[in-house]
Amino acid sequence: MEIPYTVNTRPDTGLWNAKVGIWLFLASEVMLFGGLFSAYIFLRLDAEPGMWPHGLLNVPVGTMNTAILIASSVTVVLAWASLKMRRFWAYWWYMLITILCGITFLTVKLVYEWPQKFDHFGAFIKQEALEKYEPYLGNHHLEEKGLAPRREITGHLHNKAALSDPNIKEYDIALDPVNADPTNPANDRPHFLYQPSTDKIAKIEKEDVEYASMFEPRHSAYFASYFTITGLHGLHVLGGVIVFTYFWLPIGSKLYKRNPEHLANRVEVVGLFWHFVDLVWIFVFPLFYLL
Amino acid sequence: MNNPPDVSPDPAEHEEYAHNVAKHVKGYLIVGAILLAGTALTVALSYVDFGNSKTNIAVAMLVAAIKVSFVGAIFMHLAAEKRLIYRVLIFTGVFVCALFWLTYLAWYNPIVRH
Repeated sequence: MEIPYTVNTRPDTGLWNAKVGIWLFLASEVMLFGGLFSAYIFLRLDAEPGMWPHGLLNVPVGTMNTAILIASSVTVVLAWASLKMRRFWAYWWYMLITILCGITFLTVKLVYEWPQKFDHFGAFIKQEALEKYEPYLGNHHLEEKGLAPRREITGHLHNKAALSDPNIKEYDIALDPVNADPTNPANDRPHFLYQPSTDKIAKIEKEDVEYASMFEPRHSAYFASYFTITGLHGLHVLGGVIVFTYFWLPIGSKLYKRNPEHLANRVEVVGLFWHFVDLVWIFVFPLFYLL
Repeated sequence: MNNPPDVSPDPAEHEEYAHNVAKHVKGYLIVGAILLAGTALTVALSYVDFGNSKTNIAVAMLVAAIKVSFVGAIFMHLAAEKRLIYRVLIFTGVFVCALFWLTYLAWYNPIVRH
């Protein structure tokens, strides 16, 4: 059976059917991400002073990924425009670039950003022990400046067995610069460039720690929302790449030969989805990486 | 059900349409450049001390909203779309605002155990 209105517009809506379909789908997507962003706002507003981390993500890498996603939004709209102008090979190349941008985005996230986080450690110090760890926290200095206090000591955990072995009584951490030199005014605000852990080792006694974990979803409300939202966003990127690849393969050229307008409309639909994915990232990037 | 056949539009009509699309290509590139510049601006402004974090968040969200407007209006063709799409989006906007309002209510008047 022939699916109606894939190229021609319906007289009552003035639109071809897939376009109505994708916009209804995007409306549901707005509600999906809206729910997650509203959870983010709730968790952030409810966080005690010093309990919402800043500067834990790699800003240059996040900026690069944002630029990659924007570039792919441009190339996908150019791919669609090429089909409208009946320039198939221009479409083919723009589509290839879009697919490569999507794969690069996912690779950076899954191979570099996330594993780097899983290898990083943080220990939230109990309220009554904050003074003991003042040399690593610098809260007196922050108080003088009217800045939010620090409750967490972060860095590279040398004795990972301490996470599971109750007989090990302390965490050995190669400190991050912010805890290695906490009163340095340069560390009052997050850095643009990624700062690796220093050689300075701190021993944090477990009995002084309220909660400690690697930078995993369970680490904090911040990382729980970060991994949930970027994970779901990443799945959308993957979905877009799969559909783009489908239309880039010979099946696309066959459809183009049969009815180029039909292929153009299908690319427009997946393009609208892709722009939505880009649009979500435009909010994700500043909320998690910068603010 | 008698549907009209799904065929490509008239070739002459299409040629005129393709010409119009070609005129838009430069616009797509300009919007891409604006979005990249907007990203650089967002990063730069996040390192400016506006006095408190709320102002920094407001500024970043303002820049993000402008970027999103460009994506929606130009890339997603919402600047000139059919009425049905606008209606769908108005409904979506109302529901998403209601969702955020519920969040606000929950934060403003939380359930606490006494």
